[in-house]
Amino acid sequence: MNHLYQKDISGCGLSGIISTTGKLIPAEDIIKTIRIQNERGNGLGGGFAGYGIYPEYKDYYAFHIMFDHEQAKQDAEAYLDDNYIVVRKEPIPHRRTAAIPTHPLLWRYFVKARDNRPDLELEELSEDDFVVKTVMKINSEIDGAYVFSSGKNMGAFKGVGFADEIADFFMLEQYQAYIWTAHNRFPTNTQGWWGGAHPFTLLDWSIVHNGEISSYGINKRYLEMFRYKCTLLTDTEVVAYLFDLLIRKHGLSARLACLALAAPFWGDIDRLPEDEQQVLRQIRQVYGPAMLNGPFSVLFAHSRGLIGLNDRIKLRPLIAATHDDRVYMASEESAIRTVCAKPDRVWAPRAGEPVIVELNDDVI
Amino acid sequence: MKMGTKKTIKSDGVYYRKLNEEIRQAIADGATEIMLTGVNGQRYIGDGLHDKVKITMDGVPGNDVAAFMNGPTIVIENNAQDGIGNTMNDGKVVIHGHAGDVLGYGMRGGKLHILGDVGYRVGIHMKSYKNKVPAIIAGGVAGDFFGEYMAGGNLVLLGLNGAADEPLIGNYTGTGMHGGVIYIRGEVEEYQLGAEVGIKELDNEDHKLLKKLLEEYCADFGLELDKIMDKPFIKLVPISHRPYGRLYAY
Repeated sequence: MNHLYQKDISGCGLSGIISTTGKLIPAEDIIKTIRIQNERGNGLGGGFAGYGIYPEYKDYYAFHIMFDHEQAKQDAEAYLDDNYIVVRKEPIPHRRTAAIPTHPLLWRYFVKARDNRPDLELEELSEDDFVVKTVMKINSEIDGAYVFSSGKNMGAFKGVGFADEIADFFMLEQYQAYIWTAHNRFPTNTQGWWGGAHPFTLLDWSIVHNGEISSYGINKRYLEMFRYKCTLLTDTEVVAYLFDLLIRKHGLSARLACLALAAPFWGDIDRLPEDEQQVLRQIRQVYGPAMLNGPFSVLFAHSRGLIGLNDRIKLRPLIAATHDDRVYMASEESAIRTVCAKPDRVWAPRAGEPVIVELNDDVI
Repeated sequence: MKMGTKKTIKSDGVYYRKLNEEIRQAIADGATEIMLTGVNGQRYIGDGLHDKVKITMDGVPGNDVAAFMNGPTIVIENNAQDGIGNTMNDGKVVIHGHAGDVLGYGMRGGKLHILGDVGYRVGIHMKSYKNKVPAIIAGGVAGDFFGEYMAGGNLVLLGLNGAADEPLIGNYTGTGMHGGVIYIRGEVEEYQLGAEVGIKELDNEDHKLLKKLLEEYCADFGLELDKIMDKPFIKLVPISHRPYGRLYAY
């Protein structure tokens, strides 16, 4: 099913929770916030990302890989063995449930790149860059194998079903995380398949998204210039790679990256103070092809924080709330209220105005 | 159940279809006042109801409250979400918190009273016909596209309790508007308006209408009318009744 894909239009539900003090949050909380939004999905995709779930292997990349068949697994493992030290390998724990009648092979690998890996002869990539290259290679070159998570001390769990069914399937109750995101998918333009469920991840970046990236074509071609390959048949994938490019590779702050992706209109820029105008003009000029057009709300998580972002004219809902050390974001306020009956503050972020939450500095 | 009775429906965790069935059954049984306790996220409450019934809830209901509603009064003692009063024909929704996007879409009668802020696209495609004149009154601030493509009715924005640095209203206000009136308590910048609206001063008729609308609004929330009226309003009206009449005329 590779590479012929154009784009996906979807109306979905999302939610996210972060403890700014790094306290672990039981999976039950995030499941509640997404279950109440089942009406926003249609059972053709659900998923979660959790940060802090693998403390005993926190120095190793945790590869979650789905295989359509045994051959894909053998091919992917041969590549991993050549290039990585695999300290642990096992099926991703799951249980047979009535709601999820079929699924791909689901395995996880805790790995570290080999110091003598063959590719070092060709170019000296950093370990992170090599992991990115590995993900792109497996997803685009090994038929039937898809890496759906590749960060440290984090993992994505996703598949075809409602999010709460996917949680049950993956026995999510076993995990605790200081950041959770969740997604209920309502695919309307492409098939629901396991790889196409959200979140989309790369290294420790993960994205859940409601909406449609109308600019998928230009974003995809732009990313290809930086060796990213879009293989997962859904527009959301580009958002994960764009954040990786802008923040990790180009060193932009989260706020500047958000301003590139949901850039203010030229007319609005004209009314700002001169120095701000200059920055925003430069961002729009340099990152024109990275701008996301179309209706969207996204939650973007990484090991140190959670960011919520809307499109520039708020064509998808996003609501945020705080209570004690926790910050919540969701498509609907009722989702937040399932686990936080009386928030200290609830607000609807304005269009294109990111909600950027980071762990406190003293959290390690 | 006898006529004119009160009914309480425990709504905590009840799926929206079942909850709405229970509401309709209670009305069929003669309830005129229904209290929903523990509502959280259930959609479509009050949709398409024709009866003279008052439905009160203490939680945050799901999207699309009072869509196609034609008569009932709904009181939400909390915040509310998106899509309230879609194509509503008659009745009233009173919201004691903030509310989300796309409120009163294509609304053709009845009232939406919101104490707090409202989101984007409030009152878009709102319309009126003869004695059917819908009204939306928002107590806080509003986002972009307020009254976009508005064709009739009254939209009122009060800007109470807003932070000083917070804009009263977003951009594209009244874009494509060709009927109805928007009253705003405070000032707007020219760039915040669509090309199809102009700023006017209120005349006596406007003051009379505004007073009438706000008296009821103040009664709903226990506010003092004088305090609201102590700041001048502006009025936005369409420049043309057919702003796009020549758009496709070559």
